[in-house]
Amino acid sequence: MALVSDGAFVADEWRRLADEESLPASGKVIVSQQRVAAALDDARLAAVGVYVANTTEPATLAPFFARLALIDIAFPAFTDGRGFSLARLLRRAGFAGELRASGRLTPDQYLHAIGSGFVSIEIPDELAQRHGEANWAKALRARSLSYQRGHAGGASILERRRKGVS
Amino acid sequence: MTAHDPTLPPRPNSAPIGYAYDEYDRAFVRERVAEFRGQVERRLAGALTEDEFRPFRLMNGLYLQLHAYMLRVAIPYGTLTSRQMRQLAHIADTWDKGYGHFTTRQNLQFNWPRLVDVPDILEALADVDMHAIQTSGNCIRNVTADHFAGVAADEIEDPRPTAEFLRQWSSAHAEFSFLPRKFKIAVTGAEHDRAAVKVHDIGLRVVKNAAGDIGYEVIVGGGLGRTPFIGKLLREFLPRAELLAYLEAILRVYNRFGRRDNKYKARIKILVHETGLDELRAQVEAEFAAMDRAPFAYDSEEFARVAAFFGTAPYDELPERSEAFEKAKADDAAFAAFAAVNVAPHRASGYAIVTVSLKPIGGIPGDATAAQMRALADAADAYGFGELRVSHEQNIILPHVRKDDLHALWRDLDAVGLATANAGLISDIISCPGLDYCALATARSIPIAQAISKRFADLERQRRIGQLGVKISGCINACGHHHVGAIGILGLEKKGVESYQVTLGGDPTLDASIGELIGPGVSAEEVPDVIENLVEFYLAERCEGERFIDTVRRLGHKRFKESARREGEDGSGI
Amino acid sequence: MAALRHPQIVIASDLAQGDVVVLGAAGWERDHLRAKIAYDGEAAAALKAAADAEVAANRVVDAYLVDVAIAADGAPTPLHFREQFRFAGPSVRPDLGKQAERREGDGR
Repeated sequence: MALVSDGAFVADEWRRLADEESLPASGKVIVSQQRVAAALDDARLAAVGVYVANTTEPATLAPFFARLALIDIAFPAFTDGRGFSLARLLRRAGFAGELRASGRLTPDQYLHAIGSGFVSIEIPDELAQRHGEANWAKALRARSLSYQRGHAGGASILERRRKGVS
Repeated sequence: MTAHDPTLPPRPNSAPIGYAYDEYDRAFVRERVAEFRGQVERRLAGALTEDEFRPFRLMNGLYLQLHAYMLRVAIPYGTLTSRQMRQLAHIADTWDKGYGHFTTRQNLQFNWPRLVDVPDILEALADVDMHAIQTSGNCIRNVTADHFAGVAADEIEDPRPTAEFLRQWSSAHAEFSFLPRKFKIAVTGAEHDRAAVKVHDIGLRVVKNAAGDIGYEVIVGGGLGRTPFIGKLLREFLPRAELLAYLEAILRVYNRFGRRDNKYKARIKILVHETGLDELRAQVEAEFAAMDRAPFAYDSEEFARVAAFFGTAPYDELPERSEAFEKAKADDAAFAAFAAVNVAPHRASGYAIVTVSLKPIGGIPGDATAAQMRALADAADAYGFGELRVSHEQNIILPHVRKDDLHALWRDLDAVGLATANAGLISDIISCPGLDYCALATARSIPIAQAISKRFADLERQRRIGQLGVKISGCINACGHHHVGAIGILGLEKKGVESYQVTLGGDPTLDASIGELIGPGVSAEEVPDVIENLVEFYLAERCEGERFIDTVRRLGHKRFKESARREGEDGSGI
Repeated sequence: MAALRHPQIVIASDLAQGDVVVLGAAGWERDHLRAKIAYDGEAAAALKAAADAEVAANRVVDAYLVDVAIAADGAPTPLHFREQFRFAGPSVRPDLGKQAERREGDGR
């Protein structure tokens, strides 16, 4: 797996645990939702994240927000946009940690992800190789302007217009 | 030229040519062109597979069809300037085969572009503030509106500022670009619905509440396709200031809960149907209440800025009655026939709205050559403030023509084969491209339209028959809106040959209804006979002042169904 | 060798141009007369495999096998009307598409 952050491939400090794997004695781990409470109570761990399906109700995660460092939302297909809405809802509900999208996303979706509240994107190695780091970097700069307000990523066109007027 | 010099950028209140891009809009579109150019390069180099590329090319209006790629250009709410029309002609000549096809969603399709040329075509579109963004794909499609917007006599408010507002809000939306399925919004500001708001994913009607405030009636879950539904009332009155927030709430509910397991059940109409209107409304209202609406709080200022572009045209003060017009009608029967059918009342005294039919007898519905596009642009400059509209009936509208000029305009149109006097009549047929072009089609539709048009070639007879919408689709996806045709025709494949189902009683207006099947499918050759039988039965049975659809409603489906069989006594086929 | 009910050829769209191509003995051809014809299952499978490799190599899109009849002069004609249109062009515009190019080429 490759991890994209700030338009570059970066080392992943997190370890994703399957349910049958036991919690390690240290480090940062991402666990399933059913294990998140237990992992958060394990003082040996440096940080805890959770991986969730894109159909997850945000309210079920809210109680853990303060202690959760990362939420990973799965994209079962790159054309399945539910994860974008879930990210928005998690941000709105107050989650301030790292939001990660994992699946077969392409660089063309990078700004959709950022605009919806994601920080990092985890993709299969084969995909990372074919799309190339340079295209992820380029994608980050592909759109300097957006019409939508209330999304991350700088002032919207409407806000810029207002500034120009007043 | 005069104040309507098409080479000058339009200014607010100079002429009602619609929204003019500012520096941000221009930069936005240019960035999208550059982005697509990069995507094409990556596709050709193999960095993007076809499966990866497809959603991005579709979001830029590019399909791969039977014979070639097809590029669908957005004509937002069907309004374009003469300058833009000329550029479309230029593109047709430079990169395509000298013509274009105006669609049922007020767009223009080029049928033969090469993938490698498409970035240059998009660049040429950007030169005149046009694009192909979101004319396809599972995103919010280009917003449509009443083609008589701003000039209709029965209008509460011009729907185009709302439509433009929505165009901007929906463009490259971070969250809503990978929806379960496509999402179509239509807006009308008039009493009489010419935008078919009840058969869209969201239909908006501009309404006034008791206090006199303007807002929207929100209709949701209409649509044609495999499972046609008439839209349902979601909100009776939505204040304008809340429009974007409310749509955002609807889209978020749809993006989260719309079905993704079956593309034929993925439209919001199915979500409405399966969830139930009340439950869906509760979900939307809950989301609306929970969301931070502050980012939308200053809508009104931006709305006013956009609305200023749709001001009143600088009309001359004219008497309502034009002596020149009356004389021309008296002297020239062919012109009188045109005036009776293709000319509609205008709000301004002494002006008229002209429908230029793209349905010559035996022609291809919606097609226009580059030469015709230029002639239309010239006509718009000479007689109509340089403004043109595309109707969802696949015709071109010149929205502000002095009655004094109608005869001269008609002669100009006639010279390029654009003066067919059949607007709204039986040969003004809506037809999708069908299997002559479309990769999804199961049968051809254009030849059926041509055969019916030729059968009823006599315009005098057409006028006697009166208003009658024939709509033809070449597959179940219903791009030809056959469900809402007074007579609808659906082309299918049956045992290796093309077969056509005929439906009756559809209506796209606020009295929306879905047509009912009159029997098993018939062959292409039999279709004109079936239509003729239906029409003859109507002519024999109609009461004074009844349109075809009225008689169908009064007498019922069954009597008409029997009439369709009348000639085929052996019961075969029909 | 498993015999086919009908001979088959492979049809696809050229990636860069978008027009219809058939797989011939020496690669993709605009002229369907130059299509390589499979008369048995193995030959058809080989054709399809070659076409799939070309799809993977990003030269063509949507390659698939089509049942054809072979005319006296050896010309393959698709059995289904959909592919017949793909070989010809729009039936309502005989001046466009392969039908027009063919006429030009024939000097007819």
